[in-house]
Amino acid sequence: MMEKVILGRYLPADSIVHRMDPRAKLLFIFVFVLIVFLANNVATYALLGAFTLFIVFSSNVKLRFLIAGLKPVILLILFTFFLHVFFTKEGEVLTQVGFLSIYEGGVIKGIFISLRFFLLILVTSLLTLTTPPISVTDGIESLFGPLKKIKVPVHELALMMSISLRFIPTLLDETDKIMKAQMARGADFTSGSIADRVKAVIPLLIPLFVSAFKRAEELAVAMEARGYKGGQGRTKYRVLAWHVRDTMALLLLAVLAVVLFMLRS
Amino acid sequence: MDIKLREVEYRYAAGTPFERLAITDVSFHIPSGEYMAIIGHTGSGKSTVLQHLNVLLKPLKGEIDIGSRTIAAGRKEKDLKEVRRRVGIVFQFPEHQLFEETVEKDICFGPMNFGVKEEQAKQRARDAIRLVGLPESVLERSPFDLSGGQMRRVAIAGVLAMKPDVLVLDEPTAGLDPRGRLDMMEMFASLQKNNGLTCVLVTHSMEDAARYADKIVMMHKGRVYKTGTPREIFSDRDSLRAIGLDVPETIHFQHLFEEKLGFPLKRLCLTPEELAQEIRDLRGERR
Ligand SMILES: Nc1ncnc2c1ncn2[C@@H]1O[C@H](COP(=O)(O)OP(=O)(O)OP(=O)(O)O)[C@@H](O)[C@H]1O
Ligand SMILES: [Mg+2]
Repeated sequence: MMEKVILGRYLPADSIVHRMDPRAKLLFIFVFVLIVFLANNVATYALLGAFTLFIVFSSNVKLRFLIAGLKPVILLILFTFFLHVFFTKEGEVLTQVGFLSIYEGGVIKGIFISLRFFLLILVTSLLTLTTPPISVTDGIESLFGPLKKIKVPVHELALMMSISLRFIPTLLDETDKIMKAQMARGADFTSGSIADRVKAVIPLLIPLFVSAFKRAEELAVAMEARGYKGGQGRTKYRVLAWHVRDTMALLLLAVLAVVLFMLRS
Repeated sequence: MDIKLREVEYRYAAGTPFERLAITDVSFHIPSGEYMAIIGHTGSGKSTVLQHLNVLLKPLKGEIDIGSRTIAAGRKEKDLKEVRRRVGIVFQFPEHQLFEETVEKDICFGPMNFGVKEEQAKQRARDAIRLVGLPESVLERSPFDLSGGQMRRVAIAGVLAMKPDVLVLDEPTAGLDPRGRLDMMEMFASLQKNNGLTCVLVTHSMEDAARYADKIVMMHKGRVYKTGTPREIFSDRDSLRAIGLDVPETIHFQHLFEEKLGFPLKRLCLTPEELAQEIRDLRGERR
Protein backbone atom coordinates (compact mmCIF):
# COMPACT_ATOMS: atom_id res chain seq x y z
CA MET A 1 0.00 0.00 0.00
CA MET A 2 2.57 2.52 1.12
CA GLU A 3 5.32 0.96 -0.93
CA LYS A 4 4.48 3.07 -3.99
CA VAL A 5 5.47 6.30 -2.26
CA ILE A 6 8.94 7.32 -3.40
CA LEU A 7 9.10 10.72 -1.77
CA GLY A 8 12.21 10.78 0.38
CA ARG A 9 13.61 7.47 -0.85
CA TYR A 10 17.07 6.99 -2.27
CA LEU A 11 17.43 4.88 -5.41
CA PRO A 12 20.95 3.52 -5.66
CA ALA A 13 22.25 3.83 -9.22
CA ASP A 14 24.98 5.53 -11.16
CA SER A 15 24.63 8.65 -13.29
CA ILE A 16 26.18 12.05 -13.57
CA VAL A 17 23.45 13.35 -11.27
CA HIS A 18 24.22 10.68 -8.69
CA ARG A 19 27.90 11.57 -8.78
CA MET A 20 27.40 15.30 -8.29
CA ASP A 21 28.48 16.90 -5.04
CA PRO A 22 25.47 17.13 -2.72
CA ARG A 23 26.31 20.78 -2.09
CA ALA A 24 26.07 21.46 -5.81
CA LYS A 25 22.76 19.65 -5.95
CA LEU A 26 21.38 21.60 -3.01
CA LEU A 27 22.48 24.93 -4.45
CA PHE A 28 21.08 23.86 -7.80
CA ILE A 29 17.70 23.11 -6.31
CA PHE A 30 17.64 26.28 -4.28
CA VAL A 31 18.32 28.37 -7.38
CA PHE A 32 15.93 26.28 -9.45
CA VAL A 33 13.12 26.87 -6.98
CA LEU A 34 13.71 30.60 -7.35
CA ILE A 35 13.91 30.73 -11.13
CA VAL A 36 10.83 28.59 -11.60
CA PHE A 37 9.00 31.73 -10.56
CA LEU A 38 10.49 33.60 -13.51
CA ALA A 39 8.35 31.62 -15.93
CA ASN A 40 5.13 33.35 -16.85
CA ASN A 41 4.30 32.48 -20.43
CA VAL A 42 4.19 29.51 -22.80
CA ALA A 43 7.77 29.89 -24.03
CA THR A 44 9.30 30.08 -20.56
CA TYR A 45 7.26 27.14 -19.24
CA ALA A 46 8.19 25.08 -22.29
CA LEU A 47 11.86 25.85 -21.70
CA LEU A 48 11.60 24.98 -18.01
CA GLY A 49 9.79 21.75 -18.85
CA ALA A 50 12.42 20.77 -21.40
CA PHE A 51 15.17 21.56 -18.93
CA THR A 52 13.55 19.43 -16.24
CA LEU A 53 13.19 16.55 -18.67
CA PHE A 54 16.87 16.92 -19.49
CA ILE A 55 17.80 16.59 -15.82
CA VAL A 56 15.53 13.58 -15.41
CA PHE A 57 17.15 11.86 -18.39
CA SER A 58 20.66 12.52 -17.21
CA SER A 59 19.76 11.10 -13.80
CA ASN A 60 18.92 7.63 -15.17
CA VAL A 61 15.66 7.61 -13.19
CA LYS A 62 12.82 6.48 -15.42
CA LEU A 63 10.21 9.20 -15.87
CA ARG A 64 7.49 6.55 -15.58
CA PHE A 65 8.69 5.65 -12.08
CA LEU A 66 8.91 9.27 -11.05
CA ILE A 67 5.37 9.97 -12.15
CA ALA A 68 3.99 6.76 -10.62
CA GLY A 69 5.70 7.62 -7.34
CA LEU A 70 4.33 11.15 -7.35
CA LYS A 71 0.71 9.99 -7.52
CA PRO A 72 -0.15 11.12 -3.99
CA VAL A 73 1.09 14.62 -4.76
CA ILE A 74 -0.71 14.74 -8.06
CA LEU A 75 -3.99 14.98 -6.16
CA LEU A 76 -2.69 18.11 -4.51
CA ILE A 77 -1.67 19.50 -7.88
CA LEU A 78 -5.11 18.82 -9.33
CA PHE A 79 -6.61 20.58 -6.35
CA THR A 80 -4.55 23.72 -7.00
CA PHE A 81 -5.52 23.54 -10.64
CA PHE A 82 -9.22 23.52 -9.97
CA LEU A 83 -8.89 26.16 -7.30
CA HIS A 84 -7.51 28.50 -9.90
CA VAL A 85 -9.93 27.46 -12.60
CA PHE A 86 -12.93 28.21 -10.42
CA PHE A 87 -11.77 31.29 -8.59
CA THR A 88 -9.78 33.35 -11.08
CA LYS A 89 -11.90 35.86 -12.91
CA GLU A 90 -9.78 37.09 -15.79
CA GLY A 91 -10.20 37.09 -19.56
CA GLU A 92 -13.17 35.77 -21.46
CA VAL A 93 -15.82 33.51 -20.02
CA LEU A 94 -15.39 30.02 -21.51
CA THR A 95 -18.35 28.11 -20.07
CA GLN A 96 -20.85 28.30 -17.32
CA VAL A 97 -21.04 25.38 -14.84
CA GLY A 98 -24.02 25.97 -12.59
CA PHE A 99 -23.45 29.24 -10.81
CA LEU A 100 -19.71 29.15 -11.53
CA SER A 101 -18.35 30.70 -14.66
CA ILE A 102 -15.01 29.55 -15.96
CA TYR A 103 -12.70 32.17 -17.34
CA GLU A 104 -9.95 31.75 -19.89
CA GLY A 105 -7.48 33.40 -17.54
CA GLY A 106 -8.37 30.93 -14.84
CA VAL A 107 -7.63 27.93 -17.01
CA ILE A 108 -4.29 29.36 -18.13
CA LYS A 109 -3.32 30.33 -14.63
CA GLY A 110 -4.41 26.93 -13.35
CA ILE A 111 -2.25 25.14 -15.89
CA PHE A 112 0.77 27.34 -15.22
CA ILE A 113 0.63 27.11 -11.47
CA SER A 114 0.07 23.39 -11.34
CA LEU A 115 2.88 22.95 -13.86
CA ARG A 116 5.15 25.02 -11.64
CA PHE A 117 4.21 22.93 -8.66
CA PHE A 118 4.78 19.74 -10.62
CA LEU A 119 8.24 20.79 -11.84
CA LEU A 120 9.29 21.82 -8.33
CA ILE A 121 8.28 18.50 -6.85
CA LEU A 122 9.83 16.54 -9.70
CA VAL A 123 13.21 18.20 -9.28
CA THR A 124 13.26 18.10 -5.50
CA SER A 125 12.31 14.42 -5.43
CA LEU A 126 15.15 13.82 -7.87
CA LEU A 127 17.47 15.16 -5.19
CA THR A 128 16.47 12.54 -2.65
CA LEU A 129 16.25 9.81 -5.29
CA THR A 130 19.82 10.34 -6.43
CA THR A 131 21.51 11.32 -3.17
CA PRO A 132 21.90 9.14 -0.08
CA PRO A 133 20.23 10.94 2.84
CA ILE A 134 23.52 11.05 4.68
CA SER A 135 25.11 13.01 1.83
CA VAL A 136 22.21 15.43 1.78
CA THR A 137 22.87 16.18 5.41
CA ASP A 138 26.61 16.46 4.90
CA GLY A 139 25.92 18.93 2.12
CA ILE A 140 23.54 21.01 4.22
CA GLU A 141 25.91 21.04 7.15
CA SER A 142 28.76 22.15 4.96
CA LEU A 143 26.73 24.85 3.19
CA PHE A 144 25.43 26.32 6.42
CA GLY A 145 28.74 25.82 8.20
CA PRO A 146 29.55 29.55 8.36
CA LEU A 147 26.43 30.10 10.48
CA LYS A 148 28.12 28.20 13.30
CA LYS A 149 30.05 31.40 13.97
CA ILE A 150 26.85 33.11 15.04
CA LYS A 151 25.90 30.16 17.28
CA VAL A 152 23.38 28.52 14.98
CA PRO A 153 23.34 24.79 15.88
CA VAL A 154 24.00 23.74 12.29
CA HIS A 155 25.30 20.30 13.11
CA GLU A 156 22.35 19.47 15.33
CA LEU A 157 19.84 20.73 12.79
CA ALA A 158 21.51 18.74 10.03
CA LEU A 159 21.48 15.65 12.21
CA MET A 160 17.81 16.13 13.00
CA MET A 161 17.09 16.39 9.34
CA SER A 162 19.05 13.33 8.38
CA ILE A 163 17.34 11.31 11.06
CA SER A 164 13.92 12.37 9.82
CA LEU A 165 14.87 11.58 6.23
CA ARG A 166 16.25 8.23 7.28
CA PHE A 167 13.04 7.32 9.08
CA ILE A 168 10.51 8.26 6.41
CA PRO A 169 10.70 4.85 4.68
CA THR A 170 10.78 3.06 8.03
CA LEU A 171 7.67 4.88 9.12
CA LEU A 172 5.92 4.09 5.86
CA ASP A 173 6.76 0.40 6.23
CA GLU A 174 5.50 0.50 9.77
CA THR A 175 2.26 2.17 8.67
CA ASP A 176 1.79 -0.55 6.10
CA LYS A 177 2.32 -3.29 8.68
CA ILE A 178 -0.05 -1.85 11.26
CA MET A 179 -2.65 -1.09 8.64
CA LYS A 180 -2.58 -4.73 7.54
CA ALA A 181 -2.74 -5.98 11.11
CA GLN A 182 -5.83 -3.86 11.79
CA MET A 183 -7.44 -4.79 8.48
CA ALA A 184 -6.97 -8.42 9.47
CA ARG A 185 -9.06 -7.55 12.53
CA GLY A 186 -11.80 -6.13 10.36
CA ALA A 187 -10.80 -2.46 10.31
CA ASP A 188 -11.86 -0.66 7.15
CA PHE A 189 -9.86 2.37 6.04
CA THR A 190 -11.37 2.86 2.64
CA SER A 191 -15.13 3.09 2.96
CA GLY A 192 -17.82 4.64 5.11
CA SER A 193 -18.64 8.22 5.97
CA ILE A 194 -15.98 10.81 6.71
CA ALA A 195 -16.63 10.47 10.45
CA ASP A 196 -16.18 6.71 10.16
CA ARG A 197 -12.92 7.12 8.32
CA VAL A 198 -11.52 9.57 10.83
CA LYS A 199 -12.39 7.12 13.57
CA ALA A 200 -10.78 4.31 11.60
CA VAL A 201 -7.42 6.10 11.68
CA ILE A 202 -7.11 5.93 15.46
CA PRO A 203 -6.13 2.23 15.55
CA LEU A 204 -3.44 3.15 13.03
CA LEU A 205 -2.11 6.36 14.55
CA ILE A 206 -1.74 5.24 18.15
CA PRO A 207 0.51 2.25 17.46
CA LEU A 208 2.48 4.42 15.04
CA PHE A 209 3.10 7.10 17.65
CA VAL A 210 3.97 4.54 20.26
CA SER A 211 6.56 2.91 18.05
CA ALA A 212 7.95 6.23 16.81
CA PHE A 213 8.56 7.39 20.39
CA LYS A 214 10.07 4.05 21.29
CA ARG A 215 12.34 4.22 18.28
CA ALA A 216 13.44 7.75 19.13
CA GLU A 217 14.28 6.72 22.65
CA GLU A 218 16.25 3.69 21.50
CA LEU A 219 18.13 5.76 18.97
CA ALA A 220 19.06 8.32 21.60
CA VAL A 221 20.32 5.63 23.95
CA ALA A 222 22.28 3.96 21.16
CA MET A 223 23.92 7.27 20.20
CA GLU A 224 24.86 8.06 23.76
CA ALA A 225 26.18 4.56 24.28
CA ARG A 226 28.54 5.14 21.40
CA GLY A 227 29.78 8.39 22.86
CA TYR A 228 27.98 10.85 20.62
CA LYS A 229 28.16 14.36 22.05
CA GLY A 230 27.39 16.76 19.26
CA GLY A 231 29.42 18.22 16.44
CA GLN A 232 32.28 19.69 18.51
CA GLY A 233 35.53 18.29 17.22
CA ARG A 234 33.83 15.55 15.26
CA THR A 235 35.69 14.51 12.12
CA LYS A 236 34.09 13.39 8.88
CA TYR A 237 34.26 9.92 7.43
CA ARG A 238 33.01 11.03 4.02
CA VAL A 239 34.78 14.08 2.65
CA LEU A 240 32.88 16.09 0.08
CA ALA A 241 34.67 16.84 -3.18
CA TRP A 242 33.71 19.54 -5.65
CA HIS A 243 34.33 18.65 -9.32
CA VAL A 244 34.22 20.50 -12.61
CA ARG A 245 30.84 18.95 -13.37
CA ASP A 246 29.40 20.65 -10.28
CA THR A 247 30.55 24.05 -11.46
CA MET A 248 29.24 23.26 -14.94
CA ALA A 249 25.82 22.33 -13.63
CA LEU A 250 25.51 25.61 -11.76
CA LEU A 251 26.72 27.55 -14.80
CA LEU A 252 24.10 25.81 -16.91
CA LEU A 253 21.49 26.90 -14.42
CA ALA A 254 22.73 30.47 -14.61
CA VAL A 255 22.37 30.38 -18.39
CA LEU A 256 18.84 29.05 -17.98
CA ALA A 257 18.01 31.88 -15.61
CA VAL A 258 19.27 34.49 -18.08
CA VAL A 259 17.35 32.99 -20.99
CA LEU A 260 14.20 32.75 -18.88
CA PHE A 261 14.61 36.36 -17.93
CA MET A 262 14.81 37.39 -21.58
CA LEU A 263 11.84 35.25 -22.67
CA ARG A 264 9.45 36.20 -19.90
CA SER A 265 6.72 38.66 -20.69
CA MET B 1 -12.59 -24.19 5.41
CA ASP B 2 -10.34 -25.31 2.57
CA ILE B 3 -7.73 -22.97 1.14
CA LYS B 4 -6.03 -23.65 -2.18
CA LEU B 5 -3.25 -21.63 -3.78
CA ARG B 6 -2.57 -22.08 -7.47
CA GLU B 7 0.62 -20.68 -8.99
CA VAL B 8 0.49 -17.55 -6.91
CA GLU B 9 3.01 -14.82 -7.62
CA TYR B 10 3.54 -11.55 -5.78
CA ARG B 11 5.94 -8.64 -6.22
CA TYR B 12 6.34 -5.82 -3.75
CA ALA B 13 6.27 -2.29 -5.19
CA ALA B 14 5.39 -3.67 -8.62
CA GLY B 15 6.01 -1.16 -11.36
CA THR B 16 8.49 0.97 -9.43
CA PRO B 17 12.29 0.83 -9.33
CA PHE B 18 11.97 -0.86 -5.95
CA GLU B 19 10.09 -3.81 -7.44
CA ARG B 20 10.96 -7.07 -5.75
CA LEU B 21 9.77 -10.57 -6.50
CA ALA B 22 8.66 -12.07 -3.19
CA ILE B 23 6.94 -15.32 -4.16
CA THR B 24 6.33 -17.09 -7.45
CA ASP B 25 4.63 -20.28 -8.59
CA VAL B 26 3.40 -21.05 -5.08
CA SER B 27 0.79 -23.82 -5.03
CA PHE B 28 -0.47 -25.83 -2.09
CA HIS B 29 -3.64 -26.98 -0.44
CA ILE B 30 -4.70 -26.51 3.18
CA PRO B 31 -7.55 -28.95 3.88
CA SER B 32 -10.10 -27.98 6.47
CA GLY B 33 -9.13 -28.91 10.02
CA GLU B 34 -5.49 -29.55 9.21
CA TYR B 35 -2.44 -28.25 11.02
CA MET B 36 0.02 -27.00 8.48
CA ALA B 37 3.48 -25.63 9.10
CA ILE B 38 5.43 -23.42 6.72
CA ILE B 39 9.17 -23.47 7.21
CA GLY B 40 11.96 -21.70 5.35
CA HIS B 41 14.93 -19.46 5.65
CA THR B 42 14.57 -15.76 6.50
CA GLY B 43 13.23 -13.89 3.47
CA SER B 44 11.95 -17.01 1.73
CA GLY B 45 8.47 -15.52 1.39
CA LYS B 46 6.57 -17.12 4.25
CA SER B 47 4.95 -13.95 5.56
CA THR B 48 4.08 -12.90 2.04
CA VAL B 49 2.24 -16.17 1.47
CA LEU B 50 0.34 -15.73 4.74
CA GLN B 51 -0.94 -12.30 3.76
CA HIS B 52 -2.60 -13.86 0.73
CA LEU B 53 -4.66 -16.19 2.90
CA ASN B 54 -7.02 -13.37 3.92
CA VAL B 55 -6.41 -11.18 0.88
CA LEU B 56 -4.33 -8.49 2.54
CA LEU B 57 -2.22 -8.97 -0.56
CA LYS B 58 -3.76 -9.90 -3.88
CA PRO B 59 -1.85 -12.23 -6.17
CA LEU B 60 -0.34 -10.65 -9.27
CA LYS B 61 -0.61 -14.03 -10.96
CA GLY B 62 -2.51 -17.17 -10.09
CA GLU B 63 -5.57 -17.85 -7.97
CA ILE B 64 -6.55 -18.60 -4.41
CA ASP B 65 -9.65 -20.44 -3.28
CA ILE B 66 -10.71 -19.49 0.22
CA GLY B 67 -13.71 -21.60 1.11
CA SER B 68 -16.22 -20.98 -1.66
CA ARG B 69 -14.56 -17.77 -2.78
CA THR B 70 -11.97 -17.48 -5.51
CA ILE B 71 -9.51 -14.61 -5.56
CA ALA B 72 -7.88 -14.26 -8.96
CA ALA B 73 -5.15 -11.96 -10.17
CA GLY B 74 -6.22 -8.73 -11.80
CA ARG B 75 -9.75 -8.68 -10.46
CA LYS B 76 -11.22 -6.07 -8.13
CA GLU B 77 -12.23 -7.72 -4.89
CA LYS B 78 -15.03 -6.30 -2.82
CA ASP B 79 -16.54 -7.22 0.47
CA LEU B 80 -13.60 -9.00 2.01
CA LYS B 81 -14.98 -8.77 5.55
CA GLU B 82 -16.35 -12.29 5.57
CA VAL B 83 -13.01 -13.72 4.40
CA ARG B 84 -11.14 -11.67 7.00
CA ARG B 85 -13.44 -12.85 9.77
CA ARG B 86 -13.04 -16.49 8.83
CA VAL B 87 -9.26 -16.32 8.40
CA GLY B 88 -7.62 -14.75 11.45
CA ILE B 89 -3.97 -13.78 11.16
CA VAL B 90 -1.59 -13.26 14.04
CA PHE B 91 1.30 -11.29 12.57
CA GLN B 92 4.97 -11.39 13.46
CA PHE B 93 5.29 -9.22 16.60
CA PRO B 94 1.54 -8.62 16.92
CA GLU B 95 2.07 -6.55 20.08
CA HIS B 96 2.62 -3.53 17.81
CA GLN B 97 -1.04 -3.51 16.82
CA LEU B 98 -2.44 -2.75 20.30
CA PHE B 99 -4.02 0.68 20.60
CA GLU B 100 -6.98 0.81 22.98
CA GLU B 101 -7.14 2.20 26.50
CA THR B 102 -7.85 -1.18 28.03
CA VAL B 103 -6.99 -4.72 27.10
CA GLU B 104 -10.67 -5.59 27.03
CA LYS B 105 -11.49 -2.92 24.47
CA ASP B 106 -8.56 -3.98 22.35
CA ILE B 107 -9.65 -7.60 22.28
CA CYS B 108 -13.22 -6.51 21.45
CA PHE B 109 -12.00 -4.46 18.49
CA GLY B 110 -11.92 -7.40 16.08
CA PRO B 111 -15.22 -9.06 16.99
CA MET B 112 -17.08 -5.72 17.03
CA ASN B 113 -15.73 -4.82 13.60
CA PHE B 114 -17.35 -8.01 12.39
CA GLY B 115 -20.69 -7.09 13.91
CA VAL B 116 -20.60 -8.88 17.27
CA LYS B 117 -22.61 -7.08 19.97
CA GLU B 118 -20.69 -5.42 22.81
CA GLU B 119 -21.90 -7.75 25.57
CA GLN B 120 -21.02 -10.80 23.53
CA ALA B 121 -17.65 -9.37 22.56
CA LYS B 122 -16.83 -8.82 26.22
CA GLN B 123 -17.68 -12.43 26.96
CA ARG B 124 -15.39 -13.47 24.14
CA ALA B 125 -12.64 -11.27 25.55
CA ARG B 126 -12.92 -13.06 28.89
CA ASP B 127 -12.73 -16.45 27.16
CA ALA B 128 -9.83 -15.42 24.98
CA ILE B 129 -7.76 -13.94 27.78
CA ARG B 130 -8.06 -17.21 29.68
CA LEU B 131 -7.04 -19.20 26.59
CA VAL B 132 -3.79 -17.25 26.30
CA GLY B 133 -3.04 -17.81 29.97
CA LEU B 134 -3.56 -14.37 31.46
CA PRO B 135 -5.75 -13.58 34.49
CA GLU B 136 -9.03 -11.78 33.87
CA SER B 137 -7.84 -8.82 35.92
CA VAL B 138 -5.58 -7.88 32.99
CA LEU B 139 -8.70 -6.89 31.02
CA GLU B 140 -9.01 -3.61 32.92
CA ARG B 141 -5.39 -2.59 32.43
CA SER B 142 -3.86 -0.53 29.68
CA PRO B 143 -2.12 -2.73 27.09
CA PHE B 144 0.87 -0.38 27.19
CA ASP B 145 1.56 -1.15 30.86
CA LEU B 146 2.10 -4.83 30.13
CA SER B 147 5.35 -6.66 29.51
CA GLY B 148 6.29 -7.61 25.95
CA GLY B 149 5.23 -11.20 26.43
CA GLN B 150 1.92 -10.20 27.97
CA MET B 151 1.26 -7.79 25.12
CA ARG B 152 1.91 -10.62 22.69
CA ARG B 153 -0.68 -12.76 24.45
CA VAL B 154 -3.23 -9.96 24.41
CA ALA B 155 -2.70 -9.48 20.69
CA ILE B 156 -3.20 -13.20 20.09
CA ALA B 157 -6.34 -13.10 22.25
CA GLY B 158 -7.59 -10.29 20.01
CA VAL B 159 -7.47 -12.60 17.01
CA LEU B 160 -8.86 -15.64 18.85
CA ALA B 161 -11.86 -13.55 19.93
CA MET B 162 -12.82 -13.17 16.28
CA LYS B 163 -13.52 -16.94 16.34
CA PRO B 164 -11.93 -17.56 12.95
CA ASP B 165 -12.26 -20.88 11.10
CA VAL B 166 -8.65 -20.69 10.03
CA LEU B 167 -5.98 -19.45 12.41
CA VAL B 168 -2.84 -18.21 10.72
CA LEU B 169 0.19 -17.73 12.96
CA ASP B 170 3.40 -15.98 11.94
CA GLU B 171 6.05 -17.03 14.46
CA PRO B 172 3.66 -16.50 17.37
CA THR B 173 6.08 -17.62 20.08
CA ALA B 174 9.24 -15.78 19.04
CA GLY B 175 10.58 -14.05 22.14
CA LEU B 176 8.39 -15.83 24.69
CA ASP B 177 9.87 -17.76 27.61
CA PRO B 178 10.06 -21.58 27.23
CA ARG B 179 7.05 -22.22 29.45
CA GLY B 180 4.98 -19.59 27.66
CA ARG B 181 5.96 -21.03 24.30
CA LEU B 182 4.88 -24.51 25.26
CA ASP B 183 1.56 -23.37 26.76
CA MET B 184 0.81 -21.27 23.71
CA MET B 185 1.65 -24.01 21.23
CA GLU B 186 -0.38 -26.56 23.20
CA MET B 187 -3.32 -24.14 23.24
CA PHE B 188 -3.25 -23.75 19.43
CA ALA B 189 -2.96 -27.51 18.99
CA SER B 190 -5.92 -28.17 21.26
CA LEU B 191 -8.06 -25.60 19.43
CA GLN B 192 -7.19 -27.37 16.20
CA LYS B 193 -7.94 -30.85 17.58
CA ASN B 194 -11.01 -30.12 19.66
CA ASN B 195 -12.69 -27.21 17.89
CA GLY B 196 -11.98 -28.17 14.31
CA LEU B 197 -9.89 -25.07 13.70
CA THR B 198 -7.58 -25.08 10.70
CA CYS B 199 -4.10 -23.96 11.70
CA VAL B 200 -1.33 -22.50 9.57
CA LEU B 201 1.91 -21.92 11.44
CA VAL B 202 5.04 -20.19 10.21
CA THR B 203 7.89 -21.19 12.43
CA HIS B 204 11.67 -21.33 12.68
CA SER B 205 11.36 -24.08 15.26
CA MET B 206 11.77 -27.44 13.57
CA GLU B 207 10.74 -29.02 16.87
CA ASP B 208 7.34 -27.33 16.77
CA ALA B 209 6.86 -28.21 13.10
CA ALA B 210 7.71 -31.85 13.82
CA ARG B 211 5.49 -32.10 16.87
CA TYR B 212 2.33 -30.34 15.77
CA ALA B 213 2.06 -30.25 11.99
CA ASP B 214 0.08 -32.68 9.85
CA LYS B 215 1.79 -31.34 6.78
CA ILE B 216 4.82 -29.14 6.15
CA VAL B 217 5.51 -26.75 3.29
CA MET B 218 9.15 -25.86 2.76
CA MET B 219 9.77 -22.49 1.13
CA HIS B 220 12.98 -21.41 -0.53
CA LYS B 221 13.66 -18.20 -2.42
CA GLY B 222 9.97 -17.45 -2.93
CA ARG B 223 9.11 -20.91 -4.20
CA VAL B 224 7.65 -24.04 -2.64
CA TYR B 225 10.67 -26.30 -2.33
CA LYS B 226 8.90 -29.37 -1.04
CA THR B 227 5.67 -30.43 0.69
CA GLY B 228 5.08 -33.48 2.81
CA THR B 229 4.32 -34.95 6.21
CA PRO B 230 6.82 -34.16 8.96
CA ARG B 231 8.17 -37.70 8.64
CA GLU B 232 8.80 -37.26 4.92
CA ILE B 233 10.33 -33.82 5.31
CA PHE B 234 12.59 -34.62 8.23
CA SER B 235 13.86 -37.93 6.87
CA ASP B 236 15.66 -35.96 4.14
CA ARG B 237 18.31 -34.09 6.05
CA ASP B 238 20.31 -33.12 2.96
CA SER B 239 17.57 -31.10 1.30
CA LEU B 240 16.82 -29.37 4.59
CA ARG B 241 20.46 -28.39 4.92
CA ALA B 242 20.58 -27.30 1.31
CA ILE B 243 18.14 -24.48 2.09
CA GLY B 244 19.62 -23.50 5.43
CA LEU B 245 17.38 -25.56 7.72
CA ASP B 246 18.03 -28.67 9.73
CA VAL B 247 16.27 -31.56 11.43
CA PRO B 248 14.78 -31.18 14.95
CA GLU B 249 17.07 -31.83 17.91
CA THR B 250 15.35 -35.14 18.59
CA ILE B 251 16.17 -36.48 15.14
CA HIS B 252 19.69 -35.16 15.41
CA PHE B 253 20.05 -37.10 18.62
CA GLN B 254 18.55 -40.16 16.99
CA HIS B 255 21.13 -40.02 14.20
CA LEU B 256 24.00 -39.77 16.70
CA PHE B 257 22.51 -42.55 18.77
CA GLU B 258 22.10 -44.84 15.76
CA GLU B 259 25.70 -44.16 14.80
CA LYS B 260 26.95 -45.32 18.20
CA LEU B 261 24.49 -48.20 18.20
CA GLY B 262 25.56 -49.43 14.79
CA PHE B 263 22.06 -49.98 13.40
CA PRO B 264 19.00 -47.78 12.79
CA LEU B 265 15.93 -47.60 14.98
CA LYS B 266 12.63 -48.87 13.55
CA ARG B 267 11.20 -45.47 12.81
CA LEU B 268 12.05 -41.78 12.67
CA CYS B 269 11.07 -40.19 15.97
CA LEU B 270 9.62 -36.71 15.70
CA THR B 271 9.32 -35.96 19.41
CA PRO B 272 11.37 -36.81 22.51
CA GLU B 273 8.41 -38.89 23.74
CA GLU B 274 8.49 -41.06 20.63
CA LEU B 275 12.24 -41.45 20.87
CA ALA B 276 12.10 -42.40 24.54
CA GLN B 277 9.51 -45.05 23.74
CA GLU B 278 11.60 -46.37 20.86
CA ILE B 279 14.72 -46.68 23.00
CA ARG B 280 12.76 -48.42 25.71
CA ASP B 281 11.35 -50.90 23.20
CA LEU B 282 14.86 -51.57 22.04
CA ARG B 283 15.91 -52.60 25.53
CA GLY B 284 12.86 -54.79 25.85
CA GLU B 285 13.80 -56.68 22.70
CA ARG B 286 17.38 -57.21 23.77
CA ARG B 287 16.49 -58.69 27.13
N1 LIG C 1 6.91 -4.51 2.51
C1 LIG C 1 7.87 -5.00 1.70
N2 LIG C 1 8.39 -4.24 0.71
C2 LIG C 1 9.33 -4.74 -0.12
N3 LIG C 1 9.82 -5.96 -0.06
C3 LIG C 1 9.37 -6.77 0.90
C4 LIG C 1 8.38 -6.34 1.83
N4 LIG C 1 8.11 -7.37 2.68
C5 LIG C 1 8.92 -8.38 2.29
N5 LIG C 1 9.67 -8.03 1.23
C6 LIG C 1 10.64 -8.91 0.52
O1 LIG C 1 9.98 -10.07 0.08
C7 LIG C 1 10.74 -11.23 0.34
C8 LIG C 1 9.98 -12.21 1.20
O2 LIG C 1 9.73 -11.62 2.46
P1 LIG C 1 8.87 -12.30 3.60
O3 LIG C 1 8.64 -11.27 4.64
O4 LIG C 1 7.69 -12.95 3.01
O5 LIG C 1 9.91 -13.40 4.13
P2 LIG C 1 9.77 -14.39 5.38
O6 LIG C 1 9.94 -15.76 4.84
O7 LIG C 1 8.54 -14.10 6.14
O8 LIG C 1 11.06 -14.03 6.26
P3 LIG C 1 11.23 -14.03 7.86
O9 LIG C 1 11.47 -15.45 8.26
O10 LIG C 1 12.45 -13.19 8.07
O11 LIG C 1 10.01 -13.45 8.47
C9 LIG C 1 12.04 -10.75 0.97
O12 LIG C 1 13.01 -10.72 -0.03
C10 LIG C 1 11.73 -9.37 1.47
O13 LIG C 1 12.86 -8.55 1.38
MG1 LIG D 1 8.15 -13.31 8.03
